[in-house]
Amino acid sequence: MLPFDFDYYRPKNLQEAVELYRHLRQSGRQPMYISGATELITLGRIDLVFTDAVIDIKDIPECREIGFDGDYLVLGSALTLTAIEEANLFPLLTKTSSEIADHTARGKITLGGNICGQIFYREAVLPFLLADSQAVIIGPEGVKVHYIDELFQKTLQLGNGEFLVQLATDKRHVDVPFISIKRRQQWETGYPLITAAALKIGGEIRVAISGLCPFPFRSNQMEAAINRDGLSVENRVSAALTVLPEPILNDIEGSADYRLFVLQNLLNDILAELDGINS
Amino acid sequence: MGLQSLTLHINGEKRVVNVRFADTLLYALRGNLGLTGAKPGCLNGDCGACTVNVDGWPMKSCLMLAVEAVGKEVTTVEGVKGEPIQHAFVENFAFQCGYCTPGFIMNCRSLIQHHPDADDAKVKEWLESNICRCTGYAEIQQAVKSVINKE
Ligand SMILES: Cc1cc2nc3c(=O)[nH]c(=O)nc-3n(C[C@H](O)[C@H](O)[C@H](O)COP(=O)(O)OP(=O)(O)OC[C@H]3O[C@@H](n4cnc5c(N)ncnc54)[C@H](O)[C@@H]3O)c2cc1C
Ligand code: FES
Ligand code: FES
Repeated sequence: MLPFDFDYYRPKNLQEAVELYRHLRQSGRQPMYISGATELITLGRIDLVFTDAVIDIKDIPECREIGFDGDYLVLGSALTLTAIEEANLFPLLTKTSSEIADHTARGKITLGGNICGQIFYREAVLPFLLADSQAVIIGPEGVKVHYIDELFQKTLQLGNGEFLVQLATDKRHVDVPFISIKRRQQWETGYPLITAAALKIGGEIRVAISGLCPFPFRSNQMEAAINRDGLSVENRVSAALTVLPEPILNDIEGSADYRLFVLQNLLNDILAELDGINS
Repeated sequence: MGLQSLTLHINGEKRVVNVRFADTLLYALRGNLGLTGAKPGCLNGDCGACTVNVDGWPMKSCLMLAVEAVGKEVTTVEGVKGEPIQHAFVENFAFQCGYCTPGFIMNCRSLIQHHPDADDAKVKEWLESNICRCTGYAEIQQAVKSVINKE
């Protein structure tokens, strides 16, 4: 039960959704797109989210697409994490996603909701950042396609009335060597202390991280350090640790120093796994 | 806004409920339909006490709006009558206070339906969605495995 009321709409197609949003805004309302609704419910309950008009996009066919189309793997934003895992078309995504929340909750949390949510871990974005995926978004100005690496700057940079429809990933990038490691403060379900995902493409290791900073990221500088020729693993990892984004989280889950220690070990594990593999 | 009249399919019957769009399925089941088997715990998706089945899959009913359940088949523990998993819970002493039991039963039931030959890793993955404050995990795991092995 939420402490505020809203109207609820379930558009059947993209245009209807965008038009509804525009109309509601013009009438002075505060519309919100949702797909899994779990963040609306859990944060709404404690007054951290408010809307008076919910636009539920989960019936829109484009948002439910799943499969290969030409050279791309297309995944709709309203797919649940469980649906993505069961189909297992992008092994790194399956692995990263299967560590989010718990099995039952993953049957409700959606790909788009995880990537666009307020809760900052947004772990499902990591594989897409690594695979140079493209984000298909729609809004008042129609459909736009952006490389996610450009569009995702701490959060997905969406304009007013825009929402994420799909993610398209070059199929040459979905079946490459990978590793995904989630370290929690304790227990085996729930939010990460740090999650690191890595892919090896064209002989280079790519790394993206959630839980170190209050936003997920992939850093070119870190990757340059990790891939530097002629240096020991120890020196490459040390160099990577000097070029991290700021700020490093320092909270009850883990101090900044502890997080850096965990990250150092994760980078060592990633290099041990991917260094010797040809790609 | 205000109250809406929704038709839900629950335990094989059509039920009309008058709820707000902002009401969760858990709230509608308990408050409007007197189906108190699904238990309120954390109301935050963490404990699994409110688990029901929606189109055969486990669902934390505190994470679903009642309106999202329109057109879906909802099963609560009241709709589960004498299934092997229920007997297995009794035979294996898989509850103490019983508060978590309906949620565990609904999760385990769906696990058995989807993965009748689930291995230990699968059982663990699914069971991690529910919490038992009385910590009867060993017995609960035994109960599920006894049904899986029989099938
Ligand atoms: C029990 C539990 C455990 C969790 N554990 C983890 C975890 O381990 N790791 C982790 O990363 N997260 C975790 N989360 C957080 C969860 O992934 C996010 O809250 C996510 O937003 C939920 O997705 P949803 O589809 O239910 O979102 P919704 O409630 O539908 O939407 C969330 C937000 O995203 C926006 N949005 C949704 N879809 C789109 C779209 N297509 N385009 C643009 N904006 C959109 C909405 O406007 C809203 O602001 C957990 C959540 C729960 C309930
Ligand atoms: S009450 Fe729903 S998960 Fe705890
Ligand atoms: S039996 Fe008491 S909470 Fe599980």
